[in-house]
Amino acid sequence: MSENQTDHANQPVLEVRDLVTQFSSERGTVNAVRGVSFDLYRGRTLGVVGESGSGKSVLSRSVMGLMPGNATRTGSVRFEGSEVLNASPKVMRSYWGQKMSMVFQDPMTALNPVLRIERQITESLHEHIDMSKAQAKDTALALLTSVGIPEPARRMRQYPHEMSGGMRQRIMIAIALACGPRMLFADEPTTALDVTVQAQILDLLQSMQRDREMSMILVTHDLGVVAGRADDIAVMYAGRIVEKAPAERLFAGMRHPYTQALMRSIPKLEMPSHTRLDAIAGRPPDLVNLPEGCSFAPRCPNAQEKCLVDDPALTADDDHADHVFACHFPVNEVVVAAPGIRVDGQPPRIAHDPSLGGSA
Amino acid sequence: MTLSTATEAAVAPAVPEDADEVAPKKRLPIGAWLSIAWLVLVVFLALFADLLPLHDPNVSVASKAELAPGEEGLWLGADGSSRDMLSRTIYGGRNSLGIAVGAVTIGFVIGGLLGLFSGYFRNWIGKSLAALFDILLAIPALVLALSLVSVLKGDPVQAPDAFRLPTILILILALGVVSIPLLARITRGNTMAWAQREFVTAARAQGATNGRILFREILPNVLPAMAYIALLGVAIAVVAEGGLAILGASLDPPAATWGIMINDGKSAMEDAPFIMFTPIVATFLTVMALNYLGDLIRDRFDVRESAL
Repeated sequence: MSENQTDHANQPVLEVRDLVTQFSSERGTVNAVRGVSFDLYRGRTLGVVGESGSGKSVLSRSVMGLMPGNATRTGSVRFEGSEVLNASPKVMRSYWGQKMSMVFQDPMTALNPVLRIERQITESLHEHIDMSKAQAKDTALALLTSVGIPEPARRMRQYPHEMSGGMRQRIMIAIALACGPRMLFADEPTTALDVTVQAQILDLLQSMQRDREMSMILVTHDLGVVAGRADDIAVMYAGRIVEKAPAERLFAGMRHPYTQALMRSIPKLEMPSHTRLDAIAGRPPDLVNLPEGCSFAPRCPNAQEKCLVDDPALTADDDHADHVFACHFPVNEVVVAAPGIRVDGQPPRIAHDPSLGGSA
Repeated sequence: MTLSTATEAAVAPAVPEDADEVAPKKRLPIGAWLSIAWLVLVVFLALFADLLPLHDPNVSVASKAELAPGEEGLWLGADGSSRDMLSRTIYGGRNSLGIAVGAVTIGFVIGGLLGLFSGYFRNWIGKSLAALFDILLAIPALVLALSLVSVLKGDPVQAPDAFRLPTILILILALGVVSIPLLARITRGNTMAWAQREFVTAARAQGATNGRILFREILPNVLPAMAYIALLGVAIAVVAEGGLAILGASLDPPAATWGIMINDGKSAMEDAPFIMFTPIVATFLTVMALNYLGDLIRDRFDVRESAL
């Protein structure tokens, strides 16, 4: 038994190799994910960061296999050693909910508006685990309590519209965790929420992950969200990972100009009022007609001739083998941590004032 | 975590969090109550007609034809065959509504199922079904119903002993077939819209089967739209039966429906207009009540959807 567990610890829960996801559209083929590889071990969190359209949400849905009909995927996704990339829907259903699960961005749209909370939680319990009604109800009550919902018995009888955003996201988390998945995808879990509630939900996800030894992929556009919460951080741009490193390593010395620009675009509390934000000029590239060379080159302050013709491959940092980046002319500057990002691995202290936290 | 939970619990009673989020319950307008009252009355009379102290609707009871309302204790008078108009209106309502509700039930179940499947499975089967609905809708409803009735009724002169369904079932089937594409299309459109919602993906991410997603996640959301169309459908079917009656394709005499009564009364329109107007008023009020309640459902449904 214990030997088995060590095996599990040494073998990645998730191995993704050269994952490519394309959508056929009227305009042409959309290259949403372009050759992404990573490993994720048990109990670890990978933060995936990028701006809108960088392919970060598509990445998590591609790995999980929740794709619309016009998508094609190639490459390899191995979950606990088994290839799941092009598994049949029937096989995937045995993974979804029980082995991997997802917390969605907007809990209002991800909950069924006309079903009571109780049914939405117990549904998958009935589906996967042959539970009696009473057992399922008890399990649901325990789940709601564990995600910090006061008066769970009353909440069970309510509909989603009777709850606040933070409460709904707690329900979403309870639903996602109902069947004890070993891998959780959190797709921008706090983007639709009030700032005051964001930290609470992130804390909840983190504590759930620790208690259950789950692996987690935390997708966000906010470096501040993953700081202190992710073990590793992958920065995505135009469907590719452009930089990936353990979180502390990344914040100690980011090498890709895009990562650096993302970092600089976070407002800092110590800046005087009315300081202009360091926004990243230009727009992300069109995923149908990608430019030749490095896709960040048109917006990159350091871009040179070579960048416009030659797409850089992911290469490891000289001193740190686990720090990879895709850039011909990497920056080598230590950015002083912005507020909300503490290099010591502590969660950011955004809006953690308990006097504000009543509306979750 | 513990801290924030404690705070939430402490704050919860002080802030009536539900108060501002739940839309204030709107009172039903007076028109709704009138519509409901009329329909309840009609349905009650239709259901319990046999128990009420009414004359036989198919037997002459008055001393003369076209007896004016109020005379000889017949509140609504007598028709051209001296039959009690009140009794015929009530029994006619039973037949008219029975045919309409039966037909729409067929449309609701079969059309609803076909619509759900064709809206959810967007493959060649779903697309062919959608094309079929369009084709059926392109055929004028009354012509389709009339042809179905005449085919199903057969020819009593040429084949008098052939098996045939009771005429009321034939009418229900004919109007039911006509209402299938109507309900199927509405259901399909709504299913397509709801199937793209995030909660459907979320249900898939929890390992729900297609059947479960279709019937447990999508169907409850589509039902209000189906109910709206079904109420309108009953109203349309009542009128359509009237159309068939005027073409002589409704129930066999001496049975009454509102359509048959209108048809019977039209020859005496100048001498005794009440014979024609009584079933017309009954049809009018019923159709209007159904339409009004249907609109009410649609409005409520729309409001709820826009609030999401």
